[in-house]
Amino acid sequence: MRTIRLLPASNKTRPGWQQSLLLCALLALAACSGPVQDRTVLNRTLGVEPESLDYHKARTKQAGDVQRDIGEGLTGYSATGELLAAAAESWQLSDDGLRYTFNLRKDARWSNGDVVTAEHFVYSFRRLVDPRTAAFYAQTIIDIENASEIIAGDLPPEELAVTASGEFELTVRLRQPVPYFLALLSHPSTFPVHPSAAEAPGDDYARPGRLISNGAYQLDAWQLGSVIELRRNEFYHANDDTGIDRVRHHITTEAHAELNRYRAGEVDLTSGIPQDALLQMRAERPDEVHVAPYLGVYFYGFNLKREPFKSNLKLRQALSMAIDREDITEKVTGRGETPAYSWVPPGVDRYEPRLFPYAAMSREERHAAARQLYREAGFGEDNPLQLELRYNTSQSHSRVAVAIEDMWREVLGVETSLINEEFRVLLANIKAQEITQVFLSSWLGDYNDAHTFLHLLQTDSPSNLFGYSNDDFDSLMLRSAAQTDPQRRQLYLEEAERVLLDDHPVLPIYFRVSKHLVSPRIEGWGDNVLDYHYSQHLSFSEPD
Amino acid sequence: MLRYASMRVLGAIPTLLLVIVIAFIMVRAAPGGPFDAERVLPPEIERNIAHAYHLDEPLPRQLLRYISGLLDGDLGPSYRYRDYTVSELIGSALPLSFRLGLIAMSLALVLGVGTGLVAALRKNTVLDRLLTGIAMLGISVPIFVIAPLLVLGFAVYLNWLPAGWSSSSGISRYLLPVFALALPQIAFIARITRGEMIGVMASDFVRTGRAQGLGTWSIVRYHALKPALLPLLSYMGPAMVGILTGSVVVEQIFGIPGLGQLFVRAALNRDYTVVLGSVILYAVLIILFNLLVDILYGLLDPRIRRR
Repeated sequence: MRTIRLLPASNKTRPGWQQSLLLCALLALAACSGPVQDRTVLNRTLGVEPESLDYHKARTKQAGDVQRDIGEGLTGYSATGELLAAAAESWQLSDDGLRYTFNLRKDARWSNGDVVTAEHFVYSFRRLVDPRTAAFYAQTIIDIENASEIIAGDLPPEELAVTASGEFELTVRLRQPVPYFLALLSHPSTFPVHPSAAEAPGDDYARPGRLISNGAYQLDAWQLGSVIELRRNEFYHANDDTGIDRVRHHITTEAHAELNRYRAGEVDLTSGIPQDALLQMRAERPDEVHVAPYLGVYFYGFNLKREPFKSNLKLRQALSMAIDREDITEKVTGRGETPAYSWVPPGVDRYEPRLFPYAAMSREERHAAARQLYREAGFGEDNPLQLELRYNTSQSHSRVAVAIEDMWREVLGVETSLINEEFRVLLANIKAQEITQVFLSSWLGDYNDAHTFLHLLQTDSPSNLFGYSNDDFDSLMLRSAAQTDPQRRQLYLEEAERVLLDDHPVLPIYFRVSKHLVSPRIEGWGDNVLDYHYSQHLSFSEPD
Repeated sequence: MLRYASMRVLGAIPTLLLVIVIAFIMVRAAPGGPFDAERVLPPEIERNIAHAYHLDEPLPRQLLRYISGLLDGDLGPSYRYRDYTVSELIGSALPLSFRLGLIAMSLALVLGVGTGLVAALRKNTVLDRLLTGIAMLGISVPIFVIAPLLVLGFAVYLNWLPAGWSSSSGISRYLLPVFALALPQIAFIARITRGEMIGVMASDFVRTGRAQGLGTWSIVRYHALKPALLPLLSYMGPAMVGILTGSVVVEQIFGIPGLGQLFVRAALNRDYTVVLGSVILYAVLIILFNLLVDILYGLLDPRIRRR
């Protein structure tokens, strides 16, 4: 019989599995520890990764949040939202409102020690409007003489009416008076860019190790998709006032994951609070929850290029009046938003928003008036309105939509079909203006002035996706732009809003709020309507 | 062997090209573009941007431009992250995803095969039912339920492990993501192993071995294990590709800058070049791993070699 080898000849010994397991457990425990409370590093979060830290290549608010830490424009904001002098220490405006002369700080320095001069601003503004830069926010300075021609490629960037009339003196000529121009100069797109950007190969300029900036911090490291690390700019003119040495902006794309990091003590402040966690956080950590009015409006737009909304003002009014905005803000969203009975949010500088005429009505009166208008618009029980409401896929948007659908059905008998679409699909549909009827939209203010909200509905505004066109409104807006007296300008703007509200081209629902969780260790936090929170204003309180 | 491998790779090139062309067309067919936003750009600015990214050229020309770039090894610039090229973005995410995937799969293999073996050898006992039940849970409970629970437990309440990837730099930040990635795989591997093992243990040669006095452990270790695990190899090919390219759910919950979230965000941002680059990466990995599995099968299974 042949011998069958049943077992291998060798008989090696191996470490037992028990020892391996113990080793793993020990290693794991050794690497474990709770987060260390480091008082030299501020850990904060961003909901979206910045597209770029080059001021001319980004446009999200999150990019702006980081850019406001590393750069500084001619003007800036305090922690509580007051406009102040920043890179410029003073300025003069000519009587016709067309020429600004800025006197720059002589002690302003770049992060490599270079002096910040007027030439740097000239270079940067030219780069902003240069078609080759393809900057998103080139229109921030569209009112500077020759800017729009340069953007269109009809003039070279050197023709921009921004000149260095001295080493520290900058002259800007506008094509028309712009009362909010100083506020525009706090926007990151107007921050100065160091001339080394011209020598950087390709698009490499805004990278760690290469990016030279003039703000309170400088870019130290950027782990893509994970965290942006900043460290103090020792050469910054107000460096002594900067409380924290290093800032880490963590990129957290999921709201609950961000909340968990805060609860675990890994981040000191969050960029938002998930809707369903707000009540719990208010109960558990009332002093850490910061909810404040924010310059943004949540609204439904009408497609005014198509019936039934194109020529039926009464129908638009009826739909608006049937909505109980207080119910939406108290019960559906519940974060402290303000019901919107105007277009411009409250809290805007030098402005008193006009209100819809039905803002003061009781609910019953409003519903009765809505029903009356609905009938006059040609609809009723035997001829109900059937409309499509579009919004981008999100739980919070769908909750509001369902609530409003219910209100429209109960009060008026409208049959609404709710259609949720992916964000860019929705945008494409809205822009095409062919199949949309009522759709969700949102607008955030770029600067603290009513103009940023009102100009959206001018006929020539590229973002006027509603097809709204009213000559009276347009001419009032133009006349307001020509005013140098702020009081007269305010009157014109308010009158323009009144015309707008009478026309009811959009359906404002609520005004937004900013929501943050702020660790009790942090001092210097200020709520403001622009939701700008510069890291340089923050510091850690002394431990007890 | 080498000839076989080279023929397979050459044969895969037309497939790859087809995938690229189809993906190119599909990603541009999706409504909306990379530069859309509620704040609509003035027409001149929109024109400038379209020109800078060659979006104003006819589609066939853009495709040709892209493919000739590929031949130079250039995957193009990212449309969203304007300072970075696609190679840089994928290059920074890939090592991390690979590392996490390899560790998770190793863990899954060890635990999965172990569990499956024990369940198979203790077939129909309480232990078997318990292990099979846990495996079912691992397959049916979604990761976006398990992972946040892990974070709540270990990070928020116990404070033993970090909740986010960027919050620490040690080994501790690997533990929860690796476990979350491995869990569904452990379940699948355990079930496959158990099934195969039961089949092998009932076969003739095992019965012969027993008749000649071999103990169960020797039978398993020297005779039954290899034939039982070989079918696992076919599962491992695509499973490896899946786990190496990251899970977008796990990456979102832990804030891991891996390939999964890069791909999904690029799709949502209509970042055409990053989407295409990711698609190419996936296709290449699938082709490679399928080839690897076939070769390994040939090497490990004498029955195939003899054919």
